[in-house]
Amino acid sequence: MSFWKRLTGGLGKTAQTVESGLRAALGLSGTMDAETREAVEEVLLKADVGVRVATALVSELAKKLPSPFTEDQLKAVLAGLIEARLKVLEAPAPLLRESLTVVAMVGVNGSGKTTTLGKMAAQWQAAGKRVLAAAGDTFRAGATEQVSVWAERAGADLVDAGGDAAAVAYAAVKKGMNEAYDVVLIDTAGRLPNRADLMAELGKIRRVVAKLLPEAPHHTLLVLDGTQGQAVLRQVEAFGAEAGVDGLIVTKLDSSAKAGFLLALAALETPLPVYYLGIGEGVDDLGNFEAAAFARSLVGLSEA
Amino acid sequence: MFDFLSEKLQSAFKSLKGKGILTEADVEAALRELRLALLEADVSLSAIKHLTANVRQLATGEKVLSGINPGEQVTKIVYDQIVELLGTEEPELTFPAPLTVILMVGLQGSGKTTSSAKIAQYCVDKYGRKPVMASLDVYRPAAIAQLEELGKRLDIPTLSSTSTSPQERTKQALSFAKESGANLLILDTAGRTDLNEELMEELKDIHKLSVPHHVILCADAQAGHSAVDVAEAFKKTIPVSGLVLTRVDGDARGGAALSMRHVTGVPILFLGVGEAVGRGNANKIEPFRPHGLAGRILGQGDVLSLVEKVQAASSEEDNAALEKKMMSGKELDFNDISKQLKMMQRMGGMGNMLGLLPGMGALKGKLEGKMDDKMLARQQAVISSMTPKERKNPKLLNAKRRMRIAKGCGLQVADVNKLVKMQEGLNQMTKMLRKGGLSALTGAMGKGGGFPKF
Repeated sequence: MSFWKRLTGGLGKTAQTVESGLRAALGLSGTMDAETREAVEEVLLKADVGVRVATALVSELAKKLPSPFTEDQLKAVLAGLIEARLKVLEAPAPLLRESLTVVAMVGVNGSGKTTTLGKMAAQWQAAGKRVLAAAGDTFRAGATEQVSVWAERAGADLVDAGGDAAAVAYAAVKKGMNEAYDVVLIDTAGRLPNRADLMAELGKIRRVVAKLLPEAPHHTLLVLDGTQGQAVLRQVEAFGAEAGVDGLIVTKLDSSAKAGFLLALAALETPLPVYYLGIGEGVDDLGNFEAAAFARSLVGLSEA
Repeated sequence: MFDFLSEKLQSAFKSLKGKGILTEADVEAALRELRLALLEADVSLSAIKHLTANVRQLATGEKVLSGINPGEQVTKIVYDQIVELLGTEEPELTFPAPLTVILMVGLQGSGKTTSSAKIAQYCVDKYGRKPVMASLDVYRPAAIAQLEELGKRLDIPTLSSTSTSPQERTKQALSFAKESGANLLILDTAGRTDLNEELMEELKDIHKLSVPHHVILCADAQAGHSAVDVAEAFKKTIPVSGLVLTRVDGDARGGAALSMRHVTGVPILFLGVGEAVGRGNANKIEPFRPHGLAGRILGQGDVLSLVEKVQAASSEEDNAALEKKMMSGKELDFNDISKQLKMMQRMGGMGNMLGLLPGMGALKGKLEGKMDDKMLARQQAVISSMTPKERKNPKLLNAKRRMRIAKGCGLQVADVNKLVKMQEGLNQMTKMLRKGGLSALTGAMGKGGGFPKF
């Protein structure tokens, strides 16, 4: 089954609620009257797109739709509007460089950093890259064991030297340089965005790693839990400022979650690209983000 | 906690306060702001509709609008309605059987394992229970090891088994609990999404085998609108009886907290307020109190939680001794201050405490960063480098001694001076307390007294 089919399986439930919501909205009159507007807005709010985006999308819809309109027209126009907004989130280039690439994974607790790291390691190892994982979560019970199982599964090597997160990251990058690895993947402990002290710790990891390799980490990816709501805006702001995040990963899209917050993130002044979507706990449950497909599956249209 | 929602709600009702007469239009305008604030805070639409409809009905009656202080009254109505959303009862865990079984369920990464350990320890501290724990999570790498490690830290035994069948492990957990003479068994399960039918079937099996007295669903306070769908899906599979909201200490907007109880009808039992798992106040879990939370959201504080924290952090004798000293008119010395500082640290620091005090919500934001817990540690360091004589007799601290103390703790003389000032300020406050009671004191604090910046 293609990644997108399976994502739609996950977003399917979303699509169903969106679809039945839209149909109900349509059943009202088939024109964008006040009631229909409110109904469409509610559908969007339930998909976690946020108030501002929902309001804007409804106004744009009203301008673009013929009157009266059909269900297919409503879905197609809405998907088009969503796609246009999400386009800026498509990754500009692959993560890996020709030479050693250092990638740090950051995010709130339980967002799926380690699982995603495991999947990335497995995919890159399978593509013939040599991957070194760094067990940088020195805080949570069982975190090191978790990375080590993933590294073993992926056939990647592991650095879990003692000390704090920065020490582990330093040791890993050093080993990566000396032993000609292609990728060093640094796992970090989960932290909530209001913990200034823990945010500063991420800055330290960056500084320490940059001492060995000036432009490293080449990427710092913020892992967002797809089941969350507008709280992710604050995460992007806090991690962006302190940890130098340059890309996003959205996980848990195999639930009934909608990750409509991507629309709110796309509306930010400097939107961050989405490198991966996670749809499960298996090695293959990780795919790239495409605005068109995401938009279509969100409103309940099949793959184009 | 829920600062975002708190700020928005307070500003929504600011325009109403102090107005002598309210029109229905005033209330409608405030309601629009209320709706928007709740939407931005990820509160579910059905909860919002319920809340705004009730507020409208109760607030627009003649009695309110033309009554005394209509703004205050409307705020009170909103407070009551938020409490109603959160659930008016304050449910307590019960232990109905010689071996009570609690089953923990939820999405991946919602905080089940950490909450399992926290609840186990909470039941030791609060109810004197003898718990054991067992992980049924055979999917996530090292999930079993995580619970084991937490168990070791807390001296709570955990099931040790190599079985990779959750059903088999459930049976083993039951016999393990009986054999070890425990009266509480906490079963931690694998995270699962609401759409994974296979794992939901497995959950039914586990439920059938373990016959739990409580099924507790863990939900992340940062959850979006799908939170209520997820909760409903779990409820359809097995009878969920209680909720734990986790990561409430982040700046989650509070949506899940306000929606879950209303949509599912299942009471919130606990709030997870930090990563730390430990004993007493070091265990970052709080019993849920709807009035307390509503108070915090509307900036009215949560005095009950504060009192509980103080009680847990201090011994009765210490308090009695201090009170006696204060009332006798004797000066508080640095030994007393050191004790107070230690207690504050045990209570989770200044920021945490201020948030619980009525009217201090807004102040908290301003003080954050300035009054962090490093400050408490520094003050403690200053006191540590005094001689026992100096601690007992603050008057001894001349310039020379202050310089020595500063050197001793690696700080500046100014830091020592500030602590001395604080000690003097505290004594002034106790004097006022003796004379005029609490109102004289809060008045003085409002005028810029209180703790100096460090």
